[in-house]
Amino acid sequence: MGTLATRMAFGKRLMELGAENPDFVVCSADTKACGIEHFGEKYPGREFTFGIAEQDLMGGAVGLASCGNKVFVATFAVFATMRACEQVRTFICHTGLDVTVVGTHTGLQVGCDGATHAAVEDVGIMRSLPNMTIIQPSDSISAYSLADAALAFHGPLYVRLHRNPVPDIHTPDFRFEIGKVYTLRDYGTDCAIIGSGILCAKAVQAADQLNAEGIHVRVLEVPTLKPLNKAPILQAARECGAVVTVEDHNIYNGLGSAVAEVLAEEEPTPMKRIGIQDRFGESTNDVEDLYREHHMTVQDIVQAVKAQMARKAK
Amino acid sequence: MYRFTPQDVKLLEHQCAQLRRDVVNMVHKAGSGHPGGSLSAAEMITALYFHVMNIDPENPKDPGRDRFILSKGHCCPVYYAALAHRGYFDVKELDTLRQYKSILQGHPDMNITPGVDMTAGSLGNGLSIGVGMALSARLHRQDYYTYVMMGDGEIQEGMVWEAAMAAAHHRLDNLVAMVDVNGIQINGWVNDIMRVEPLADKWRAFGWNVVECDGHDMRSVLVAFHKARAKRGAPTVILAATVKGKGVSYMEDNNLWHGQAPNDAQTEEAIREINQAEEGL
Repeated sequence: MGTLATRMAFGKRLMELGAENPDFVVCSADTKACGIEHFGEKYPGREFTFGIAEQDLMGGAVGLASCGNKVFVATFAVFATMRACEQVRTFICHTGLDVTVVGTHTGLQVGCDGATHAAVEDVGIMRSLPNMTIIQPSDSISAYSLADAALAFHGPLYVRLHRNPVPDIHTPDFRFEIGKVYTLRDYGTDCAIIGSGILCAKAVQAADQLNAEGIHVRVLEVPTLKPLNKAPILQAARECGAVVTVEDHNIYNGLGSAVAEVLAEEEPTPMKRIGIQDRFGESTNDVEDLYREHHMTVQDIVQAVKAQMARKAK
Repeated sequence: MYRFTPQDVKLLEHQCAQLRRDVVNMVHKAGSGHPGGSLSAAEMITALYFHVMNIDPENPKDPGRDRFILSKGHCCPVYYAALAHRGYFDVKELDTLRQYKSILQGHPDMNITPGVDMTAGSLGNGLSIGVGMALSARLHRQDYYTYVMMGDGEIQEGMVWEAAMAAAHHRLDNLVAMVDVNGIQINGWVNDIMRVEPLADKWRAFGWNVVECDGHDMRSVLVAFHKARAKRGAPTVILAATVKGKGVSYMEDNNLWHGQAPNDAQTEEAIREINQAEEGL
């Protein structure tokens, strides 16, 4: 288990980057989102809090960005993508301003906070907005490196982060590149598992288990959900003939939908989407309770791979 | 800037009459648009673009320029007319309002129209964005002012009051808000649809310096801007008493002309009235 949640690893790196990069500012709305609510203590004048007022938060960020500042806005994803959705759409995406919207507490993994705080639909909303780029890390190492990539990026960017620590699957030399699809395992071409976000760890575990059973799969990590880098996905579908997608997001309008759209148009392939079953989150001390309910466990991935292999055989 | 002569006032009043003619002609030509709130804002827009603001049309992205946000973005005809006559683009472009591929979109677009500092059209957003611009000025020790014009119907949006809190909290005396208090929104009188009075008390309670003026008296408007810029330690809101459709008798105080284009005869009549008023200056 990594010691830091993706949100805290990202925030930690952003705090470090503040020293060498005097030209970005941080905006927040009184949440404990990713640690950057302490940015102003380290870099006086460069952090702006707007109180509990997310629309104003987003508007203020827009004003700052329009004057040439690179702006990071951080709050819970439910508020960033819904309470302030129109501000993100019209004044960040339509204008194309250099604002990074950081949404934390995504998917089912929000601890005991329950449905109001668990963003199960944020990717779907952000994916519908023209000009928006969407990225999410899979562990603390990629979240840390992602902060560098976000800082170097210019334009509307949505960063999707998670509340609690997850196992690290990358090695410390990992470098996050926007648009790049990473191959996490390449045991063979029986099936492709395509994951994004923190459930990539489960995808890897499933692949390892399948390999031990004599089923050899490829695991791709797609951290950039939009624009989707289609080539490696199409190549995997072509070579493997079966696909399982894995994500901690509603099965509607997230990674699974994005992959299904591409495959339906360019490479029809048997596939299964593993993700939240179009239901809201709920309180639990152990997210595995919810993952079991929504058929998002390692065993569910293993079963899905076998089922898709059977379909391609027909 | 702070001073103005009777001659300045006269020139501004003539310029304002020209903007009114443009508004009527533009909306007539486009076949749609929002004349009422454009005409009520004409004196304030004229004062800003031809006297008050520190701007250079040759250098529309100058980082040190004063900023303006037309938060009531549907009133862009008068804004576009001011930008054209100030030299940001050819006056001929005014004929293309709302047409396919025009640089003059139905609501202001900062990436398409030279001189437009911020996209607008979704009501209630401008003041928050103005807060961000004013914060940036303070961060970088720049001395520009940010002006945000809202409608009195627009301030029914809750986000305006989030921004009002933030501006006062941060003591943004480099931010000037204007409310075009013409009393009318699309379906009728503002205070019948959702009462916004008492306006001055509300803004004062939120920590703002309140300046009231006659929005159709150029001297009164100029004095209001002078007072706003002189204030230290708090943002200023100018509450401008205006008449929706001002200058065109059949449009005045009539919500039907919030968003409707005049026909040929109505346009002719409107221009005749505006000319007549100008002759009396």
